[in-house]
Amino acid sequence: MPIVDLKQVEKSFVKGRQTVEVLLGIDLAIDQGDFVALMGPSGSGKTTLLNILGGIDRATSGAVRVADRDLSGLGSRDLARWRAASIGFIFQFYNLLPILSAQRNVELPLLLTRLSAKQRRRNAETALQVVGLADRAKHKPAELSGGQQQRVAIARAIVADPPILVCDEPTGDLDRDTANEILELLEILNRDHGKTIVMVTHDPEAAKHAKHTLRLDKGRLMREAA
Amino acid sequence: MSALGLVWANLQRRRVRTYLTLFSVLVAFLLFTLLRTLAAFFEAGGVDVSGSNRLVVSAKYSIIDDLPISQRTAIAAVDGVEALTHQTWFGGNYQDPRNFFPKFPVEPRAYFDMYPEIEIAAEQLDAFENTRTAAVAPAKMLEKYGWRIGDKIPIEADIYPQRDGSRLWEFDLVGSYTSSEENGGQGTFLFHYDYFEEARAFGQGTVGWWTVRIDDPTRAPEIANAIDALFENSLDPTKTATEDELARSFSAQIGDIGLIANGILSAVFFTILLLTAVVMNQALRDRIPELAVLKTLGFSNAKVAGLVLAESMLLCMLGGLLGVGLAIALSQAPWLNEMLAGFSIGLTPSAPTILTAVGISAALGGVVGLQPALQANRLTIADALRRS
Repeated sequence: MPIVDLKQVEKSFVKGRQTVEVLLGIDLAIDQGDFVALMGPSGSGKTTLLNILGGIDRATSGAVRVADRDLSGLGSRDLARWRAASIGFIFQFYNLLPILSAQRNVELPLLLTRLSAKQRRRNAETALQVVGLADRAKHKPAELSGGQQQRVAIARAIVADPPILVCDEPTGDLDRDTANEILELLEILNRDHGKTIVMVTHDPEAAKHAKHTLRLDKGRLMREAA
Repeated sequence: MSALGLVWANLQRRRVRTYLTLFSVLVAFLLFTLLRTLAAFFEAGGVDVSGSNRLVVSAKYSIIDDLPISQRTAIAAVDGVEALTHQTWFGGNYQDPRNFFPKFPVEPRAYFDMYPEIEIAAEQLDAFENTRTAAVAPAKMLEKYGWRIGDKIPIEADIYPQRDGSRLWEFDLVGSYTSSEENGGQGTFLFHYDYFEEARAFGQGTVGWWTVRIDDPTRAPEIANAIDALFENSLDPTKTATEDELARSFSAQIGDIGLIANGILSAVFFTILLLTAVVMNQALRDRIPELAVLKTLGFSNAKVAGLVLAESMLLCMLGGLLGVGLAIALSQAPWLNEMLAGFSIGLTPSAPTILTAVGISAALGGVVGLQPALQANRLTIADALRRS
């Protein structure tokens, strides 16, 4: 059974008097342990699709089943709880809290768990070790390079051990070498830790790191290439 | 890191803004605590007086009007009156107007008989009675101004010049007294009425007010009415009350301190409310994307709203507690107590005042944080991230 299962998903926004159709009849199934790149021109609906399967936006119609839950049936509190347990988010601009050190940023999702303060700190240290930033734990985001900040964001995404990582242009703000390092890290998380990864990208080079590439155009899923 | 740690870290984001706001709240609660304490002091009648068996007879229309000394015989004859004496407000300054303390010409022995709670050595009372230029003062006053028995104390008159036009009165300090009561008479400089009567340029034959000791405190209203009835149709009608009532009426003549204090505090808190609300709203606008990130990580709408509300409550309550703490520290400061010694004013905040301050600071935090918290609650992740 696929870990991501979307059937006839549609999404539209009302803008003034106009209704803008963003996603049209999306059928998508992603197996557990897959690494999928989602490509397409700007405005094609990639981020909207990512938001829907990550549970931070809702489909206008259709069925959205992710990590064994029908998201359309969940209230906002249950959806938040589900996100905390099932999804790790990685953004283009890292979205770290500038006032917190790297370790505290990584600890944030664990505030929602019943873990003790000591255990939370230990788990955060482990996550930072996984991304190779244990020695930068006390640094604040402003004291880190872009690549290091993205590694902290990845550590934050995996610290609660969610089965799915949702990445929105994770290398969009990085140079080629740093981008490759981040993509290799994602590959390791996919290959060695069994994380299912869905990654939106404009970059064909980045997409090459995925096992599959999906293409969206004008709200429709065009084709799938291995 | 705990949730409280996250709230505190958020407040540290713009330290200057946070500390300035904290300082404003602190000042507001410092003012609140001091003004409410002062108002409570006056509402309670000011000086804590013990004379339920003592009545004060003053001029009916204003306590600054004098009364003729000829009233003595009539008052003494009223049924239930055991003893009486008189005092007069002298005014005057010692060296500097800032050295304020009350100065009363009194009948030495009758005065100390009237106030058994005020103690003076027998030989000093004799010296006070037998020396026309004599004066006695509280032991604390001697300590404060470095006076010694035998010193000459110069007082510059502002109400009563001497017959020769001189405004300088000189008194021989012959003794010091203490009081078993916290505030009872401790701040008053006493001198001989006979000297005052003989030397003053005007007002001979008058006194400021009468103090009357009665045999039965339960008869106080009846005796007070009997005294006032004596002078009802004279040129000098009187108003007789217990010392406690007089203190209240004195406070009332100063003005409705409670109303004034509440007026000032309302203006202060309204300003603080607006200021803090603006700061909290600005703080929210600054980090809408971050709140969206928290929601993305799995923080529910209620949790994010709670964090925002907690920030404003922490800021206001911390400011409130610091303000109250500073007020308590100030009330214990020796220099302030020395400065206020002459006024017999107590500035130590009471437990209800402290609890009210803490309650108001929590309410202020709640009111100020409510709107940003609701905004944070309504924030949709996708929209907020799109905006960032």
